[in-house]
Amino acid sequence: MSVHAHQPHGHAALGGRILTLPFLVCSALVVLAGYLLVQRYVYGLAAVSNLSDGYPWGIWVAVDVVIGSAFGCAGYVMALLCYILNKGEYHPMVRPAVLASLFGYGLAGLAVLVDLGRYWNFYHMMLPWYAQPNSVMLEVGLCVATYTIVLIVEFAPAFLERFGIEGLRRKLNKVLWVFIALGVLLPTMHQSSLGTMMVIVGHKLSPLWQTQLLPVFFLLTAVLMGFAIVAWESVMASLNFKREMETPVLRKMAGLMLVVASVFVALRFVDLLWRGQLGTAFGGPSSGWFWVETVLMVGGLVLLIPKANRSRSRTLFISASMLLVAGILYRLNVYLIGFTPSVGPWHYFPSVKEIMVTVGIFALEVALYLVFVKKLPVMHAEHPVGVPHAADAKHG
Amino acid sequence: MPDGHVDLDAERIGTLGECEGLGEFEGLDEYEGALAGMSRREFLTYCTGVAATLGLSPALGVNIANAAVAAPRPTVIWLSGQACTGCTETLLRTNHPTLETLILDTISLDYNETLMTGSGHQAENWKQQAMKDNWGKYLMVTDGSVPTKDGGVYCKVAGKTYLEAVQECAKGAAAVISIGSCSSWGGWPSTGVNPTGAVGLSEVIKDKPVVTIPGCPPNPYNFLSLVLHYVAFGKLPELDDKMRPKFAYGRLIHENCERRPHFDAGRFAMEFGDYGHRQGYCLYKLGCKGPETYANCPSVGFNDVGQGTWPVGTGHPCFGCTEKGVGFTKSIHELATLKSVAPPNTYPAVAVGQGEGISAGAAAVVAGIAGAAVGAGAVVAGRLGKHDEKADASSETK
Repeated sequence: MSVHAHQPHGHAALGGRILTLPFLVCSALVVLAGYLLVQRYVYGLAAVSNLSDGYPWGIWVAVDVVIGSAFGCAGYVMALLCYILNKGEYHPMVRPAVLASLFGYGLAGLAVLVDLGRYWNFYHMMLPWYAQPNSVMLEVGLCVATYTIVLIVEFAPAFLERFGIEGLRRKLNKVLWVFIALGVLLPTMHQSSLGTMMVIVGHKLSPLWQTQLLPVFFLLTAVLMGFAIVAWESVMASLNFKREMETPVLRKMAGLMLVVASVFVALRFVDLLWRGQLGTAFGGPSSGWFWVETVLMVGGLVLLIPKANRSRSRTLFISASMLLVAGILYRLNVYLIGFTPSVGPWHYFPSVKEIMVTVGIFALEVALYLVFVKKLPVMHAEHPVGVPHAADAKHG
Repeated sequence: MPDGHVDLDAERIGTLGECEGLGEFEGLDEYEGALAGMSRREFLTYCTGVAATLGLSPALGVNIANAAVAAPRPTVIWLSGQACTGCTETLLRTNHPTLETLILDTISLDYNETLMTGSGHQAENWKQQAMKDNWGKYLMVTDGSVPTKDGGVYCKVAGKTYLEAVQECAKGAAAVISIGSCSSWGGWPSTGVNPTGAVGLSEVIKDKPVVTIPGCPPNPYNFLSLVLHYVAFGKLPELDDKMRPKFAYGRLIHENCERRPHFDAGRFAMEFGDYGHRQGYCLYKLGCKGPETYANCPSVGFNDVGQGTWPVGTGHPCFGCTEKGVGFTKSIHELATLKSVAPPNTYPAVAVGQGEGISAGAAAVVAGIAGAAVGAGAVVAGRLGKHDEKADASSETK
């Protein structure tokens, strides 16, 4: 299979000013996070975070890694649709999605280094003689690290086009299918393993979330959040960069989102019923959070049921936002809210500095995205608003 | 097998291969007298315990039981040199089996200066007789170091120097075991100026491997397990570079020490009787040699009275008695050389905070982020609404 055959569109850099207000705001947040990280590395974790022996995992894991990597699943679902299921019409969305994934995963990896107490030993993970091959955590770690590299390769054509390194690009195109296959395999593995990781905590996780199906739910939320991010990003890009909406493709994708979200909600209730825990949802501990998550999920999918709604960018945006927040909350519930890591009077709520580090990491993601789409051929060039790029001619 | 008849005996007392459970195993009842008041079940349990100490499959306990009761029992000749008799004393403290079970039923202890009833010429003649009768088959065990200075005159028995006695005895021995630190490398008689030129047995017996069970005193079960391993399998267990059985000396004391978590967390007793010492903190800073000494003391313990009955367990630093170059060489309160991990320079606090609830600032930030997200979402949705209207209008006009 040639990847090339599925590329009916060229790509072009959007061009335009780099120093826009959103970029400056994001940069300021990044600088603030950088300042806090200096504190973290000089004075240790306790100086910046509220992490403790009772709560060794805080938002730097739950949000930056678990949720951040789900944000990074845009590239996963697009590659799955476009290349594995051979739906060529999704192609215009692949490259922006891969870029979003690259930042999502790269920065999730960075967040791990921030969170690790003995970060200087991180490379031990790569050394087989230190490995415990039955460890779920090892699987997640290796998979995420490998996938980040795969994403760099998947995104490399954009660089190579921009800088006109044609020979290398052609060579890469011949083997790119290997990386695309890996790019679908790896997230399937580690996104479900993120669920498995919490299966092994047993009773420490509230029965509302603790189930053998956790890997399935994590995979489903990864796919769902991947779709939601693609829709969201597409709508935002159209709006902010004044481009035509990609409505026909989005309409189809909305249908897929509806299916995945419905499967998730149905499976969630069947699972609760099967385990005899439906009662816990009514008055049990953290049941409020369960309902917030479920109502958002159901709300998001109900909006997508009328077919006309799927073509409306506003409904699509609201629905994608709701599903995204529902996915975020589900993962937050499993990793923090419904999770009691140790017995005793332990408390955890992230400190202001901790939150600002997380905000800074996400801001870095947005800032880099803004620079990349303006400077590199990322967006498809059907109706280029910016300066038409020579890559158009070279492509195809 | 030392006596060459174990296989025959094993056949006579029952076919082991067919035994599914020990309940069907009736053969050992014939040896009732040989079990020194132990019931057959107790005896088999003991042998299974020995197998476990040796790190062998429990099924091999039956083999050990057979070998232990097979008659005639292997002859053991025990010679004592420059020592405090602590090694023999430690054997008296065993209760599974008791010493009498060992020396009357498991082995045939034909000569031991501390325990034998005979004395003088009678004892000496008996030793010669036992050596002659079992030439090439007996086990030779020694405790105490060998004085070599001035022709070895500093230790003499029956007119012979100890040096001569061990050389003579080793010639006919099937295996040579040195018990205790003195016999292993010289021990305390060899400390400092070493006035008698004391050395370990392996310094004077060069033509045969000398298995060592160092310790001051060593754990008697390490000795018993070694002997029974030899009796049961006819060969020595795996040994380390200092000829110590790996089943007992394979790990650093530091690795299995019950105070190890204190070491890792940086909680040290700084002097005897201080707060940390009373709390059972790590004794490394009092000179504990656990980090450079190989022995199973923390796991096996002494005197069969339960966990914690070993020097570190009672609050005294290990002084490295099983390790040549540490015990009797380094001073007791000198810091150990760390063979595995070094303690870090800084430690987390001993009393850890349990975390606080939500702070006003954090609540404000989270609310701000949520508010900004919802607000921005609403603005975007509003703009998209207009966008949709335009799109609808344009599609209608088309």
